Amino acid sequence: MTDLLSKYDPLIQERETLLATGVKDPFSLVMEEVKSPTVAICNGKETILLGTYNYMGMTFDDDVQQAGLQALKDFGSGTTGSRVLNGTYSPHKDCEEALKEFYAMDHAMVFSTGYQANLGIISALAGKGDYVILDIDSHASIYDGCSMGNAEIVAFRHNDVEALEKRLKRLPADAGKLVVLEGVYSMLGDVAPLKEMIRICKENGAMTLVDEAHSMGFIGENGRGVCEEQGVIDDVDFIIGTFSKSVGTVGGFCVSNHPKFEIMRLVCRPYVFTASLPPSVMATASTSIRKLMHSGNKRAHLWENSKKLHKGLRDLGFELGTPEAQSAIIAVIMPDLERGAMMWQALLAEGLYVNLARPPATPANMTLLRCSLCAEHTTEQVDQILGMFEAAGKAVGAI
Amino acid sequence: MASREEIMAKVEALIGPFNNKGVELKDATTFAGDLEWDSLTVMDFVAAVEDEFDIIITMNMQAEIENVGQLADAVAKLMDQ
Repeated sequence: MTDLLSKYDPLIQERETLLATGVKDPFSLVMEEVKSPTVAICNGKETILLGTYNYMGMTFDDDVQQAGLQALKDFGSGTTGSRVLNGTYSPHKDCEEALKEFYAMDHAMVFSTGYQANLGIISALAGKGDYVILDIDSHASIYDGCSMGNAEIVAFRHNDVEALEKRLKRLPADAGKLVVLEGVYSMLGDVAPLKEMIRICKENGAMTLVDEAHSMGFIGENGRGVCEEQGVIDDVDFIIGTFSKSVGTVGGFCVSNHPKFEIMRLVCRPYVFTASLPPSVMATASTSIRKLMHSGNKRAHLWENSKKLHKGLRDLGFELGTPEAQSAIIAVIMPDLERGAMMWQALLAEGLYVNLARPPATPANMTLLRCSLCAEHTTEQVDQILGMFEAAGKAVGAI
Repeated sequence: MASREEIMAKVEALIGPFNNKGVELKDATTFAGDLEWDSLTVMDFVAAVEDEFDIIITMNMQAEIENVGQLADAVAKLMDQ
């Protein structure tokens, strides 16, 4: 018998080698208690959370929690069914209404996760013979959506407007073309030049989809994302997003003004063939989304936090993923996985949690300590965080 | 219409800057095994080939191309279309 797991032996070996150096397993942290959007108890120690994508800190919002509790009482713990059968309750429709209000768009469709939203929409839009043109650093869910739809995948260099244009011009004029972009790229926290890119897509007859997972709620005057910030939201055909970041729960969605959009409910397999989200999750999401519409002050504070952390880390001598803070993600570039893991562990010992990101999730085989800020981090907490980075960085010789 | 020899000569010239180990290039020379290229190098090289011949090599096609000869064949085919 061929052991089908033997193909993972190199990865098993790499993990064993890493753990043999004495570092804790960075991929099996348990939070024993969560006190707020910014503080949890890990290994019995109070820990500041700086790697949760909980950008707007909605997870412990009173109104959000109350809405969830009420829906749990009124509608029970789950729907036990697909959105197209017995799994659409009024909270699901209300959540889609909240999204339409938030984005000022005609249609909204809620999926059980953000991953499924990309998987379902991209695979349903781009089938065999169609082209998906995407940034090489696109999220795994985008690549998986392309594979599932059997589309031809054309990748271009990260954020390279000219490379995108060249490729669009080389494709057959009459072929179906979907360009998939992200507002904020989650690994380095850099923003896409959407203004130029969307214009080029239009000029070359391509439809456009923008994943705003890491910008919703934060970037843009109304928190609609990088599309709004760069003034192209009306030119984008589809926006994909998630509830597991700024919204503070779980779920994914697509919003669009396309007149035929509703047919997607019947053709997206990851929408049809899975159970819908629990009504309590829908109630927390819609309450959170409606509050995010009026969160200008929190957005301003989150920008202050991001800029302060970016400047502080740069002044300490860390190498960062972007020359200035472009989003609420600040990525610290580590020389290799071993030192990245050592630094990660040293930070945890100081009482700070960040994400350790490694290939293949990262671009250019980088090892990153990815920090994501929250609007609920106080200025004092950001100072504390910088102190922890300084202590840990010196302890492991990273600075 | 470029002959396969001409295509091969251009492909070899494009491999040059990425051929850090000075591997001798034959039809059977593989990108991952012999040239030891990582995904980033592959991306840069594919972009160079695409620009040289004004073609698109989709990721689906790239998955089928393992060696230099297969690449030359793919380029010839794409230029024919």
